[in-house]
Amino acid sequence: MSDTLLHSPLENLHIDLGARLVPFAGWNMPVMYGSIITEHQAVRNGVGIFDISHMGQFVISGPGATSWLNRMLTNDLEKLADGEGQYTLMLNDRGGVIDDLIIYRESPESYFLVVNASMIDADAAWLRSHLEGAVEIVDQSASWAGMAVQGPKASEIFEGIFGGLQLPPRNGVSRMDGEVIVCRTGYTGEDGFELFCRSDDAESIFRKFLDAGAVACGLGARDSLRLEMGYPLNGSDLSPERSPLEAGLGFFVAMAKDDFVGRDALVAQKEEGLKERLVGIEYLEKGAPPRAHYEVLDESGNRLGELASGVLSPSLGKGIGMAYLPVESAKIGTEIQVDVRGRRFPAKVVKKPFYKVPHASA
Amino acid sequence: MNVPEDLRYNNSHEWVRLEGDIAVIGISDHAQEELTDVVFVELPEVGRSVDAGDPTAVVESVKAASDIYSPISGEVVEVNDSVEADPSLVNTAPYTDGWIFKLRVKDTAQVDALLDAAGYRALIG
Repeated sequence: MSDTLLHSPLENLHIDLGARLVPFAGWNMPVMYGSIITEHQAVRNGVGIFDISHMGQFVISGPGATSWLNRMLTNDLEKLADGEGQYTLMLNDRGGVIDDLIIYRESPESYFLVVNASMIDADAAWLRSHLEGAVEIVDQSASWAGMAVQGPKASEIFEGIFGGLQLPPRNGVSRMDGEVIVCRTGYTGEDGFELFCRSDDAESIFRKFLDAGAVACGLGARDSLRLEMGYPLNGSDLSPERSPLEAGLGFFVAMAKDDFVGRDALVAQKEEGLKERLVGIEYLEKGAPPRAHYEVLDESGNRLGELASGVLSPSLGKGIGMAYLPVESAKIGTEIQVDVRGRRFPAKVVKKPFYKVPHASA
Repeated sequence: MNVPEDLRYNNSHEWVRLEGDIAVIGISDHAQEELTDVVFVELPEVGRSVDAGDPTAVVESVKAASDIYSPISGEVVEVNDSVEADPSLVNTAPYTDGWIFKLRVKDTAQVDALLDAAGYRALIG
């Protein structure tokens, strides 16, 4: 198994830092360096840095790229000016989610996409099978590294290292010298940015952030941070069998667009009415950490569904999770139970995010 | 790595301290370090009879839930409520305040058959 794993260009650095490496989406990646809770708090209170070299990067360009991508993705690309980005979804014909991704417009007919590691090949194959005209797809995933710098001190550390350069505005992208792309985005709810560069340059840049005080953070903290914000993880909270409407991501679906892959299925789903929705659930008191696949029951013990994601929130000190529940049980305030090895912990349906970021962000 | 000389250990990283016919059981320093931040401990019920090798308690980190196996057979006579209230005791004091449960031992020969400190040190390399 280990010889089939992909390796980040930062792997040796992770080993030097004492990281615990685990297979994730086909990559050998750090799950933590010492303590998930410490890493989590570093991002909430200071600044942390994550290796995200496993994520995929595509450059899609050519005449007609905008209108073609607007048919392949759910959000409205026409809203973007050069240097701006948006969260969007790629759907199958049934309206199910193939992948969620961020797309940046670099110039009128050239886009930079950041996709999930587990979906790089599937996304590329799906896009290529629908390719039209002179649009070109270049998959740069193998030769690029990435890092996410996140936390209230992220912009301060950026300006300290890149002397005088300013971060792009929220959801913006800019290219810097030496083929470095900086995107003002993240997966933690905090201010911050994702930086993509050539693999050969990754270690020296990552080290600069560490030297400036960023705490190295693994996938464990990345998961607890994103879950506190109610951000979905593809493969857990999103799947080809679930639509973005069921997942509560309707905001990122421009139904007003003439056409996009999956639109007909979503129209039909809207007309019929949703049967289930992805909701946030929070324990009423302390209890065993909720985890994916634990059963969710109503107050009388009838099965409603199962957790798609769950964690003992380091910021809130109690269990939180997300589950697809029947709409009649999906109302905010509905009392439910989570079954953990036969013990039932009382919980309720709550509004997301679970955690409110206190700092003013960009 | 702290491996006290006066304890016995099993392959799944629990330790046993025999006090008369009562065995105090917890997890080793090595185990707590592998698990990292313990955020929840599920204790067995007092009065429950367990056989050697039975999953008897659960220790959870942010990332995973791990079964704690009883190294020997006996009846649960006491559980450590302090680790239920403050699970981090398992990390900070694995051999003292972070103990997990106590058994009335059926057969002390089972304790003698466990690894001694040298044997356990060899196991964790």
